[in-house]
Amino acid sequence: MNSTLQRINAAMTVVRAVALAASLLASANPRTSAVASEPAQQAAHAPAAVEVKIDNFSFAPKETTVAAGTTITWINHDDIPHTVVSTEKVFKSKVLDTDEKFSYTFSKPGTYPYFCSVHPHMTGTVVVK
Amino acid sequence: MSKLKSRQLVHDHNHDGVDRRGFLECMAWAGTAAFCVMSGGVLKSFSMSDLGKANHAAAKGELFFAQISDSHMGFNKPANPDVAATLQVAVDKLNALPVAPEFLLHTGDISHLARPEQFDNVDQILKGAKAKDVFFVPGEHDVIDDDGAGYRERYAKNTQGAGWYSFEKKGVHFVGLVNVMNLKAGGLGSLGAEQLAWLASDVKSLKHSTPIVVFAHIPLWTVYPDWGWGTDDSAQALALLKSFGSVTVLNGHIHQTLQKVEGSVTFHTAASTAFPQPHPGTAPSPGPMKVPADQLRSLLGITDVTYVQGRQALAVVDSDLVTGGAAAPAVNS
Repeated sequence: MNSTLQRINAAMTVVRAVALAASLLASANPRTSAVASEPAQQAAHAPAAVEVKIDNFSFAPKETTVAAGTTITWINHDDIPHTVVSTEKVFKSKVLDTDEKFSYTFSKPGTYPYFCSVHPHMTGTVVVK
Repeated sequence: MSKLKSRQLVHDHNHDGVDRRGFLECMAWAGTAAFCVMSGGVLKSFSMSDLGKANHAAAKGELFFAQISDSHMGFNKPANPDVAATLQVAVDKLNALPVAPEFLLHTGDISHLARPEQFDNVDQILKGAKAKDVFFVPGEHDVIDDDGAGYRERYAKNTQGAGWYSFEKKGVHFVGLVNVMNLKAGGLGSLGAEQLAWLASDVKSLKHSTPIVVFAHIPLWTVYPDWGWGTDDSAQALALLKSFGSVTVLNGHIHQTLQKVEGSVTFHTAASTAFPQPHPGTAPSPGPMKVPADQLRSLLGITDVTYVQGRQALAVVDSDLVTGGAAAPAVNS
């Protein structure tokens, strides 16, 4: 949960910074005043949220390909807790009990194998283009 | 040899008359009682109603202990919304035996999420057991999130590494192993090089006639790798024990009783006190089996073990949690 809050805070900071930049630009040049609405538009055009389901002790889809900047959310639909842990220690969730979620934003292109550290036969891969 | 069927598991007849090689005439059923006595290299089977015979040995001062497993305190889904109640039934059942077990082994998944209050709850219920001591090994649920720090602080203060240890009881050497730490993607349970080196040194000076009981959470034999039911480096651990005449391996994790014998090694998995899991490969996943409420306790259980000193005898008895015990099906012998 902490990491989710941190990401929300980070996202809010970016929004504030963009808004501040926009307002500065607006005050410097009246013709760019329309830019003040840009943060909302950016949010609307952000890459669609991608979800990976955990069901029956497996990740679905097992391989997920996304554009850089995409946030992937894993949700555990099993009656048993699972984790989402990067094999190369890039990201690591806390334990996810039934219906709990974990999100991570992939900013750099690459291949990210991951697994459930509780049930290591559960594996998946994220490919970031 | 290791055909995994739901009711009848093992036949292994080695009529070689050699003490350290027994033949198995007993069955293990999921959720019913199977009772095996190894004596002079021969395993005999008894029904649940013969539990008193094992207990009789205990009454004569022999070693009698019990295994409980997978209490999953904190689990509250439809398979069993009250795992505290079923753990309490298990303790009550042990306490109702004519002679109480000398100690208990808990083979892991004490808790569902390794939360302190979940461990507290189990500790409180186990305090009601007549057995003086409880020896634990962790399950993967007990080391979630903190790599087992909370588990070790509570249950493994005088142990090595991630929590492995050994002790002696009436001439039997007990070894508690940890195979739920540092698991690798795509792999099974893991003991690791450090623990294997410790095991080698731990058993090095023992006489080969010393009966050994190894207990760990994930089976130390490959039950069903597709569901992660096995331990990657268990063969290396068993190789260290192959010169011993009597080795009993007690595991949990798979929430059902299975047994097999390989030479002088008897493998046994215990039922859970919390919820049953499906037989290998019979469901899309090893998730909890939802069964009608009136059947649940017949699929949960405890395991009693008796060692008759000087006779190389270990009796392993599985009992379900139905009060009074279900009558065991006829034994195919």
